Amino acid sequence: MSDYAADDAVPEVDESRRKFLIAATAGTGAVGAVLTAVPFVASWNPSESARAAGLPTEVDLSRMEPGQMTTHFWRKKQIYVVRRTPEMLASLNSHDDKLKDPKSDESNQPAYAKNETRAIRPEILVLIGTCTHLGCLPKTRFTPGDAAVMANWPGGFFCPCHGSKFDLAGRVFEGSPASLNLAVPPYAFEGDNRLIVGVDVAPEKGAA
Amino acid sequence: MSAVIEGKSGFRSWLNKRLPVDQFMADQLTGYYAPKNFNVWYFFGSLALLVFVMQIVTGIFVTMHFKPGETTAWDSVQVMVREVPYMWLIQPMHAIGASFFFVVVYLHMARAMMYGSYKAPRELLWVIGMLIYLALMAEAFMGYVLPFGNMSYWGAQVIINLFGTIPGIGEALTEWIRGDYGIGDATLNRFFSLHVIALPFIIALLVLLHLVALRQVGSNNPDGIEIKEKLGADGKPLDGIPFHPYYTLKDIVGVGLFLTLFAIVVFFVPTFGGLFMEAPNFEPANPVSTPEHIAPVWYFTPYYAILRAVPDQRTGALLMAISVLAFVFLPWLDRAKNKSIRYRGLASKLLLGVFFITFVVLMWLGLKPAEGTYVLLARIFTALYFLFFILLPFVSRADGNGPVPERVTYHAH
Repeated sequence: MSDYAADDAVPEVDESRRKFLIAATAGTGAVGAVLTAVPFVASWNPSESARAAGLPTEVDLSRMEPGQMTTHFWRKKQIYVVRRTPEMLASLNSHDDKLKDPKSDESNQPAYAKNETRAIRPEILVLIGTCTHLGCLPKTRFTPGDAAVMANWPGGFFCPCHGSKFDLAGRVFEGSPASLNLAVPPYAFEGDNRLIVGVDVAPEKGAA
Repeated sequence: MSAVIEGKSGFRSWLNKRLPVDQFMADQLTGYYAPKNFNVWYFFGSLALLVFVMQIVTGIFVTMHFKPGETTAWDSVQVMVREVPYMWLIQPMHAIGASFFFVVVYLHMARAMMYGSYKAPRELLWVIGMLIYLALMAEAFMGYVLPFGNMSYWGAQVIINLFGTIPGIGEALTEWIRGDYGIGDATLNRFFSLHVIALPFIIALLVLLHLVALRQVGSNNPDGIEIKEKLGADGKPLDGIPFHPYYTLKDIVGVGLFLTLFAIVVFFVPTFGGLFMEAPNFEPANPVSTPEHIAPVWYFTPYYAILRAVPDQRTGALLMAISVLAFVFLPWLDRAKNKSIRYRGLASKLLLGVFFITFVVLMWLGLKPAEGTYVLLARIFTALYFLFFILLPFVSRADGNGPVPERVTYHAH
């Protein structure tokens, strides 16, 4: 019984020490929980094979007629390549006042494509064919004056999902749900007729 | 309550000493008093639970034949419905069950809005219910993507890109969600994992919390008055009846009617005019062909109509998110003293009536292409939608304070 009596005499609790120990234990536990979450969250990032499949794509331009568009895949996205005619290029100057972002200040493109024609070579337009609204594929409406798209249509792209309209440099028109111009992927030319999508500088000739 | 155990012998007594079966029944069913004036609107709670169980059971069997993956998902669904015995029945039951889930949940929510079931002391009950609704939307969306039809693909494209509208982190966030630069194997496999493991667990847990919270505060009723305030000599509510056997038996009638309707749809109108199953989803996912117009399944279209009504994507996505989350705040937006619409003025009745109509009209508009008159209508009804939440505090404060009866309105049959 004497043991119980001894237990009854509870020693003074050091409250500040107890608070510190509780905070230190909880804090260490919280840090551990957050650190443990890192691998789980990071496991959702694209895998090595997904990244490898995102390597640059080559496009042969030699057989493209003026006014023609070809489509390609890069990083699971459709890439539109258009060989623009002089008339198409001329049409770009007529409607800056109807565009949301005529100078492409807000939009996504490499620095070398942030110009009048949104291209390195004016006649070759390279775009990511993903509507900047919600990711549908804009369809080609290259014929100028197509009143079904809009009045005084200069030719361009029309997204069937939610009705966004883009000109022949992928710039978005006012009244579209999309706010940004169609993005331009990084690309470079290798010689006259070889386009490489996915790099900013063409690889050295002969490099692996 | 130990009286339940005493005086019994044999297996039942043996069992109850180890597992409180009788105690649980007494506490939760025979001893749980619910208001005696429930009407047909009160079927939808138990029906929601029924559909949840049905989805779990049919889902277990669909999972046995489904192969998630970019190249395998579509084929595995085709093979299961064509070649595996009776999967022609079980797979559509699962797909159509999703639509029925939302029918039941929307009616359940409408009931709560009519009778003020979200008001104190049931705010948390409502909030937990809204969390179930949000988890259910995620569950339904991922389930819709899994068979990887063309609408699965493009619907997922649109929904995932909604996260891309978040400033700064948007692009990286969409890559993280997909696990790839586009929707692919990684996306489908993680959706499968979430759809069959994570979300069902979360929903089951939330349903349990919903029921525990309900037992704590007791059911509301069409009159919106608290039965716990009028107790009889025995300490039980005068206007309450034991949940079992009274409401279990009543709910069985609802279950019978519900299953009849469900069977009629499954056997005779499985696509329900393209609402429950959409035509583009009868072709495999095709990244180079967008369907003529993309519309989500009907239960998402009110919010989709709001998204499309706004001519700016970021604002549109934000308004869409607000339109879903606005429901969470109803308990605090509603300033009326009375709960039930029965004891509120004409203004409150009109406000709620117009909101219900608005929700259905937006649902219809979300299924239509975004052009011409439809866009104009979508803008008008989007404005009406938000007007409900803006006006509610003022209208409810002004005309929701009239006299209420002492006891519930009840006519014996």
